[in-house]
Amino acid sequence: MSNEVIYDSIVIGGGVIGCSIARYLSRFKGSFLVIERHNDVGDETSSANSAIVHSGYDPKPGTLKARFNVEGNRMMENLASELDVPYKKIGSITIALNDDDLATLKSLKERAIINGVDAEFLTKEETITIEPNINKNIVGSLYCKDAGIISPFSLTVSLMENAMDNGVYLKLNTEIVEIKKEGDVYRVKDQNGNFYSAKTLINATGVNSEVVTKYLEEPSFHITPTKGEYILLDHFNTQWVKHTLFMCPSKVGKGVLVSPTTSYNYIVGPSATLTEIGDTSCDADTYAFLREKAKNLVDNIPYFETIKGFAGVRANNDREDFIIEESNKNPGFFLVCGIMSPGLASSPAIGKYVSELVKTKLNLKENKKFNPRIRPHKNLLEMNLNSYNALIKQEPDFGHFVCRCEKVSEGEIEDVINRNCGAHTIRGVRKRTRAGFGKCQGTFCQLEVLKILSKELHIDMKEINYGDLGTNILISDSKEEK
Amino acid sequence: MKEFTCIICPNGCHVTIDDNGNITGNGCPRGLAYVKQESTHPLRTVTSTCKVVGSNKCRVVPCKTETAIPKERIFDCMKEIKKVEVKLPIKLHQILIEDVCETGVNVIATKGIE
Amino acid sequence: MENIELAIIGGGSAGLAAAISAYDNGVKNIVIFEREDRLGGILNQCIHNGFGLHTFKEELTGPEYAARFIDEFNKRGIEAKLNTLVLSLSKEKILTYSNSKEGVTQVKAQSVIFAAGCNERTRGQILIPGNRPKGVFTAGLAQKYLNIEGYLVGKNIYILGSGDIGLIMARRMTLEGCKVIGVSELMPYSNGLNRNIVQCLQDYNIPLKLHNTVTRIFGKDKLEAIEICDVDDKLRPIKGHEEIIKCDCLLLSVGLYPFNVLLNQAGVEVNMKTKGSAVDQNLETSIDGVFSCGNVLHVHDLVDFVSEEGTLAGKNASVYIKNPDRKISCIVNVNSGNNLGYVLPNRIRVTDDLKEVTFSFRVRKPIKKGTIYIKDGDAIIKKQFKSFLIPSEMEHVVLKDVDFKTFTELTVSVEETI
Repeated sequence: MSNEVIYDSIVIGGGVIGCSIARYLSRFKGSFLVIERHNDVGDETSSANSAIVHSGYDPKPGTLKARFNVEGNRMMENLASELDVPYKKIGSITIALNDDDLATLKSLKERAIINGVDAEFLTKEETITIEPNINKNIVGSLYCKDAGIISPFSLTVSLMENAMDNGVYLKLNTEIVEIKKEGDVYRVKDQNGNFYSAKTLINATGVNSEVVTKYLEEPSFHITPTKGEYILLDHFNTQWVKHTLFMCPSKVGKGVLVSPTTSYNYIVGPSATLTEIGDTSCDADTYAFLREKAKNLVDNIPYFETIKGFAGVRANNDREDFIIEESNKNPGFFLVCGIMSPGLASSPAIGKYVSELVKTKLNLKENKKFNPRIRPHKNLLEMNLNSYNALIKQEPDFGHFVCRCEKVSEGEIEDVINRNCGAHTIRGVRKRTRAGFGKCQGTFCQLEVLKILSKELHIDMKEINYGDLGTNILISDSKEEK
Repeated sequence: MKEFTCIICPNGCHVTIDDNGNITGNGCPRGLAYVKQESTHPLRTVTSTCKVVGSNKCRVVPCKTETAIPKERIFDCMKEIKKVEVKLPIKLHQILIEDVCETGVNVIATKGIE
Repeated sequence: MENIELAIIGGGSAGLAAAISAYDNGVKNIVIFEREDRLGGILNQCIHNGFGLHTFKEELTGPEYAARFIDEFNKRGIEAKLNTLVLSLSKEKILTYSNSKEGVTQVKAQSVIFAAGCNERTRGQILIPGNRPKGVFTAGLAQKYLNIEGYLVGKNIYILGSGDIGLIMARRMTLEGCKVIGVSELMPYSNGLNRNIVQCLQDYNIPLKLHNTVTRIFGKDKLEAIEICDVDDKLRPIKGHEEIIKCDCLLLSVGLYPFNVLLNQAGVEVNMKTKGSAVDQNLETSIDGVFSCGNVLHVHDLVDFVSEEGTLAGKNASVYIKNPDRKISCIVNVNSGNNLGYVLPNRIRVTDDLKEVTFSFRVRKPIKKGTIYIKDGDAIIKKQFKSFLIPSEMEHVVLKDVDFKTFTELTVSVEETI
């Protein structure tokens, strides 16, 4: 894009928050650009979290967290339907192991009432009835029917796809290194010296949001990057754990949980350790810590079903709340920073709210052509058999399964490549279809995925990246001249 | 003095040859023969792949030296294998390189491809 | 719904041998369901030699061994559905499968032979700490990229695991011009054949570190380095014994496990030691008429034994098809005892014509001089002296000329003789 164009708004950051803002902005007539430094949207915190749509009893009443969590939770079912995102309202159980915990549960229930969230006490027996494999040493629990689980990858990608379907532009591999205000217009510069201008600027850069704010003004907040590590278990049994299981929250946070995921896996985690921006490494000690803590929730967790460990960094901050505000010093510069937990659950509400701030600021009109729905995905596990076979008759590639672990067809992979915000990397295909996500971690399907990407994108297999630029899987031909 | 691990059977006898050529440690005559060969003139079968050209279905064909060649010629042999460009169809055991590196041994295809 | 006599899931070495054997024993309506675009399974990428010494008295490469069986298979005109994935199998032996020609289809089989092979253990499964950059592969995937597709996945390689796959790839990558920096092995002994230690490592001066493992992976997007570390007798890393190794590719040869998902979902009884199915002496699982053989039953080291096992499964499936209601006198359970990792079969279903049973097992640790015992309670039924038993070599012991009906419960064990 040339630097004569002045966008109505530039969103810096293509995580779930930036993508949500973009999608809700696209309801209005205007020109909008999302700038993302990685080779895909949602590559950082948005891909490495608990995947929980929290019900909203936990945040302190009166905080932005409380407001947006509850509203986001209420919006999520409808949004997931519009964007064809895997989502299930499975409910959550927060356990009490002793009298102190019971007292904490009482105060959580009070919080729930103030926040407008349904929460009910269950006895030990009632808890075990609805969750048979739960730790038998519990003394009671708090049950929230409105907690849900979602695919965070799918949500982020589909938000952006819908935004782009409705006219929003996306620029990947673009990192902002300078922000200047020239009159009424914000001018940002990327790592290659290109400039982009906009009437309003939205900083949705997650863990990096303090750094990015500094390019323009002195931040009024401080990010304390907090790493959360997880263990992911295979789909060995769909009935093992049916709700999201929480321990009683402590000062540090919600603590280690055990939960099913929308991909029929189970997740154990997170830990919470202060770290540096960008540190998503996992430690042996932390795995041991997770296993120790998770014992409180479920007996005999089958760790031989482990698929992998992973980590994400949360944008915890010194306000201990979301930072969602227009800058005092720089009107038109909107900070959507420090979106820590429950950021994922809050993302629809944050996106809607910020988009409306911009709408008011710029007096934007309604986009009459706005279509809230994306083209549905076609996956065997989510369609009825007759429809799926009819699809195969039209498009035979849907009958050819390349990912054995997760039952993903060639047709499904081709489809997610050929969309707005489509996949063009191994990780991109994995995020959108789960091919490579399963127990074998791509040992069987990675070659097939490379072939499909090569065919659909018309590029040599050696040029296809695993994730970011420069991460090509195939280094060279085996018989090339050196 | 040279040391060898015999590979003929799972015993893996530890065999030594002193400077006078005396062999000790072998558990059987097959081991003796193996170590004699290994210590004077070690041989290896080389298995690799050759580049296939003119096809978008197939890029390489597996191949091997028909019999073992002197161990010290392995990398020279690999250099020659690298130069090969063969077209389909390929018959099983088709000769891809005749008398590779003047060892008297051919490099042949170990898979037939239509 | 179509009906077939015999469905064979997997067209690799086990499936091919089973198909040929079943056909030769009178079953004509056989279908192999194969996921890939060709038969042969893992043999297709094993371009090194060492296959077939028992079966053909020759040393063949993987593709050559596969070709022998594929030729026999083709001669008999048996049907194979390629590019076809079996999605599920029910207790009633209804297979749901899919390919682009037929779509998602169901077929009912009188008998099923499960020969789906095994998977490689991944970095994620063993939870190696550190980052998750690209550049970490299982040895088998790197082998597939190189030998089937002709691509290299790295230039400076480190290998974790000295089993045969790791050793073979050490040589393979070196011959292709890569630098193989070294191999780390967790145990104090290598799991690979001596021949591979000599011809894959020593020939190329590739160092092997025993009692050593990879403790951390570095590199945000691409692999940059790894940390290796010595381990103690309990296999725990020893502080102060770490070493950083710069590399762009880490190959993992850290174990194989049966891909038993389809049978697990059908409700078959699992052998918790092998993670494959529990079977009787006929390789029949707890579901009548469903047999298991090859690497999906237990991981083999010699393809010759896989072919034997497939042949046995094919024959037994044909016996079952002719007479599904066999008269069973009793069931004798078989346990793995001292020094054994596992034993197969898990039970003996005694019929009047049962003459002999072959037990397969692996020891848990290397045993120089051992005695194999088959006991019924405390009573010794068989005693056999064997030397040089190692975990990486499957062993067999045959029990015959006994009245199986008299046994209560058998235990197979190995005692060390000093």
